[in-house]
Amino acid sequence: MFRLFFSLDFVIAILRATTPILFATLAAGVAAKAGICNMALEGIMLFCALFGVIFSHITGSWLVALVLTCVCGGLIGLVLAFFILNLKTDEILAAIAINLTATGGTVLLLLAFSGDRGSSTFSTVSAPAFGGVNIMTVLALLMVAVMHLFLYKTPLGLQIRSVGENKNAAESVGIKSIRIQYIALILSGVLCACGGYFLSGGYMNSFTKNMQSGRGFIALAASEMGANTPVGGFAVAMLFGIAQAVGNQLQLTSIPVELIQMIPYATTLIGLAVFSYLVRRRKEKLAQG
Amino acid sequence: MNAEKRFEIFRLFFSILIALLVSFALIFMVSKQPVDAIVALVTGPFKSGRNLANVVEAMIPLIFTGTGVCIMFAANQINLASEGAFHLGGLVAAAFALKLALPAGIAPAVCLILAAAAGAFFTALPAILKIKTGASEMVASLMINYLSLWFCTFILMHFILDPAAGAASYTLPKTAKLITLFSGTRIHFGLIIALATAVLGHVFLYQSKMGYELRIAGSNKQFAEYSGIDIVKVILISQLVGGAVAGLGGGVEILSPIYNRFTWTSLLGYGWDAIVICTLAKKDPLKTPIAALFLAYLRTGASIMARTTDVTLEVVQITQGVIILLAVAEQFLSKTKHRIIAREAKAALQKEGVA
Repeated sequence: MFRLFFSLDFVIAILRATTPILFATLAAGVAAKAGICNMALEGIMLFCALFGVIFSHITGSWLVALVLTCVCGGLIGLVLAFFILNLKTDEILAAIAINLTATGGTVLLLLAFSGDRGSSTFSTVSAPAFGGVNIMTVLALLMVAVMHLFLYKTPLGLQIRSVGENKNAAESVGIKSIRIQYIALILSGVLCACGGYFLSGGYMNSFTKNMQSGRGFIALAASEMGANTPVGGFAVAMLFGIAQAVGNQLQLTSIPVELIQMIPYATTLIGLAVFSYLVRRRKEKLAQG
Repeated sequence: MNAEKRFEIFRLFFSILIALLVSFALIFMVSKQPVDAIVALVTGPFKSGRNLANVVEAMIPLIFTGTGVCIMFAANQINLASEGAFHLGGLVAAAFALKLALPAGIAPAVCLILAAAAGAFFTALPAILKIKTGASEMVASLMINYLSLWFCTFILMHFILDPAAGAASYTLPKTAKLITLFSGTRIHFGLIIALATAVLGHVFLYQSKMGYELRIAGSNKQFAEYSGIDIVKVILISQLVGGAVAGLGGGVEILSPIYNRFTWTSLLGYGWDAIVICTLAKKDPLKTPIAALFLAYLRTGASIMARTTDVTLEVVQITQGVIILLAVAEQFLSKTKHRIIAREAKAALQKEGVA
């Protein structure tokens, strides 16, 4: 058993479990940097997990399906942005509304599309894997670097961060804050769509209702713990990947499966508490000078 | 009633109308028998006495979680743990009903009190975490909901499982069950507890000193601090009370005639429904029964629709989603609002001019 934890297969298992959370964590991060808490990740992920299998069934190509899914994810981000920014809906309530719509909408859509209830039974094309590593995992790791460069080395990234830091100050130097927040939320939707796509087209090879099972929420926590930076978020998402992969291995032992299922959520909760406490202590120390 | 309030009510009904129209459009898109489906959804609950009774049964748990969320949100704490508190309340009530052999009359009361205590403890956890470490209560509450689910499933599978019944507990003893109010239906004593809870919740929130402090702390933290309100205490109390109500709701639901055994192995979504109810009731517990009645009617209609046609129950979740989106969109219909208020003001001016 312990030998297993140090094998290459186990590293691959960790990467596999990390991938969907990592995409969603990056999505949460870019929204948070623009000053918006995107709790709709859970719903966007679920929607996109379904879109992924439907598009790959229709087009027969994983790449086309991925691109179309990303477009849909971006559109949901756009809708969310319209409600939050133009109609001034509370961001949490708007997200809850999208999550509810996703829970019901995916079941309805799946039924209308194929007559399947609860999980997809039609043929799909999943993203290819090389030596056990899915191409989406590689993309997720690449996106960490891309998002880091985007946020910290491009003018648009600087604008996003300045809007999140202080909206009024950003506007006073001529940045159109609403437009920037729109871009951030659409980008957040696209990133999250990749995570949703991977869930049903790589992690699993079919869609099951509510298959995201809290990953969008975990990503919110992960991003917060990583100070909403791509690299920090990556480190924390990896931690959850490890927790989940260890949990998957422990299912082969006699430990009750219900307790194992708690591991990712308990890790998140404890991690969040410790992290927040450390941040608060550091702030207090700085305040004392 | 002033123009602004009248407008709020108008906007609420308009939001509900649009949400229903969206759902009807969806039904037309997915169904081969759309007209039958819509008729079943809208008029189904009125078709028989049993269906109407189903509406009232479905309303009871919604009143509890709705009231709980109103109290928690009034302190401006985005605590979403009412979902887990409801689940835990159900488990605690069922487990103690099975393990403590108490006489009829006392048994339900003891089980419900324990369920409420469990719910209070549960929703206080994110609040305590926030006070002690500064961690976001929203993220923490999302996580502990899953912990509640798996903890309850663990207890079910290893301590109260009836091996002869699949994933279900032993049959709950008759002595612990809530009595039925009307014979021939499953409308139970929980309805009275629910309505009393809504009234007491209103009194607590809008007519007590604590409730006043709580709402001030929720709407303007700086002002509350300045006027000497102990914010930490107020937040903690609001989360304890809200969670107790949600836990009580779970207990009432599992001890109702609807269930014979504890069978919950996935989250039931009452916590999320509660947010719809809280939105519709504008954070006033007294209005939660009306909002719950509306949602329960929609639910019952949807389940009749799902039984008799090819449309699934889940349409209702979309309706709920659209209602929330529009009902809380501040700028939605803002031009109409402006017109109504301007007209009112003009009328008032003219009146004064005449006098």
